[in-house]
Amino acid sequence: MSGSVLYDVPGPRAIIRNRIIGILTIVVVLGIVAFFVWRLFATGQFAASKWEAFSYTRIWEQIAIGLWNTVSAFALAAVGALAVGFVLAIGRLSDHAWVRWPVTAVVEFLRAVPVLVMMFLLYYGLPVIGIRMPSYWVVVIALVAYNGSVLAEVIRAGVEALPRGQREAGYAIGLRKSGVMRLILLPQAVRAMMPVILSQLVVTLKDTALGFIITYEELLFFAKRLGAAATLDSPIIQSTIVVGAIYIGLCLLLSGAARLVEKRMQKSPRVRAAQEAIAPRLHEGTDTEVIAAQELAHLDDVAKADGR
Amino acid sequence: MGVITDNLDLWGEALLGTLQLFFGGGLVALILGTIVGAMRVSPVPIARAVGTFYVNTIRNTPLTLVFFGFAFALPPLIEVRASGPAAMGFAIAALGVYTATYVAETIRSGINTVPVGQAEAARAIGLTFGQVMSLVVLPQAFRSVIPPMMSVFIALLKNTTVAAGFSVLNLGSMRDWLSERGENQLLVIVWVMVIFVALVMLLSWAQRNLEKRWTVAR
Repeated sequence: MSGSVLYDVPGPRAIIRNRIIGILTIVVVLGIVAFFVWRLFATGQFAASKWEAFSYTRIWEQIAIGLWNTVSAFALAAVGALAVGFVLAIGRLSDHAWVRWPVTAVVEFLRAVPVLVMMFLLYYGLPVIGIRMPSYWVVVIALVAYNGSVLAEVIRAGVEALPRGQREAGYAIGLRKSGVMRLILLPQAVRAMMPVILSQLVVTLKDTALGFIITYEELLFFAKRLGAAATLDSPIIQSTIVVGAIYIGLCLLLSGAARLVEKRMQKSPRVRAAQEAIAPRLHEGTDTEVIAAQELAHLDDVAKADGR
Repeated sequence: MGVITDNLDLWGEALLGTLQLFFGGGLVALILGTIVGAMRVSPVPIARAVGTFYVNTIRNTPLTLVFFGFAFALPPLIEVRASGPAAMGFAIAALGVYTATYVAETIRSGINTVPVGQAEAARAIGLTFGQVMSLVVLPQAFRSVIPPMMSVFIALLKNTTVAAGFSVLNLGSMRDWLSERGENQLLVIVWVMVIFVALVMLLSWAQRNLEKRWTVAR
């Protein structure tokens, strides 16, 4: 945080003021924590009977099944979204209007529809015309459709932000359109956009939780059922805490892995070159593009820090 | 068309629910997000650490889990029944808490886009902290924040549908309500999609216009 735009080096008065703000922050945070601990006590949430459920192997087996359902839906959706992303991106970049326009329409449509509504369409809507599928496939297909179209936009933006000379040099050495795309444009675009692509995979993992609403038996589904079990003293708060911790842990793990990959890649001169060539400003309709803008701002920070 | 004209009352209520969630959640997110964003760029290490912790945790929490906590775990804890207006309140809180992280990060990266030299030059000519902020840094940061902030709100609009899973009436829950009235579910969902595409297009259009008006010339 050194070299922040906002503050000068603090003088004696500013140091005292900063200390007071620091103490106030601690007091407020402790107050919030204390409130929750007090409420947990006051409503008897620390009673042994409330936590007994988590001493049974069977319960943990069920949690493991929920975890597996979450992870397996995510894994397939991530692979599918990457594949669909590439296909749609290439379609959007096509020279033929009859390919470009329909693909653009599909991508814009898929990005505008909330993932949950897409799941409703697949789960409740399609059976009206006789198409039924298990909730697993509903979750996977909805996630592939949304994240695939978002990734398509990310990849397209990466390709379009490359300097024109790259494409022209490719043609100059005699490559065809497909060769230029496959050997020159896509590799650079993907390298430069890797932080955004990885954070979109975290979004995919987070969105598997939407399956809960269409009764896909993932972690939250199980937490709800356990929380309603009267024989175990209805431990809804406890099951939310346990399952919530697992979910957040899972996402943090994936985010951490993404950051590790990003750091590794940052060391490669090719990646840095591609990222510096692109440094586009992305801001359109989704979470990802927000993240994209932030990640790129972050890259800017890194570049600035290096230049110093 | 019959699906809409025969149930205008319910569609109106649902649209109102969606708008309540959108504006309510947006307001909470803006207030909380500005506070967290300010903490993230503050010179106080503790405040920065708390802000970073909040952003990193919530960003790695599925929205459905946030809703789950607010709808099922929080009510027994503070001994409130989550039904009717209380359910709407919890849903707004969930959306606000979740979206606040994106607001905070957008503000932070907006401030970071202002070159250090700008603030240094402002201080060099003797402006006070308040003047540096209000005359030099924030006007520039504000302009670069607007477009990504609109993206945050577009995402928020789409996220309001998650409230449908927690018995809050909004456009996302129309399928449930209208299937009870014996309407064709497929048709209802297609209409909901059409409405969302239209709303998102409206917001994107506003975003493009704002972007044109507000770009920073550098």
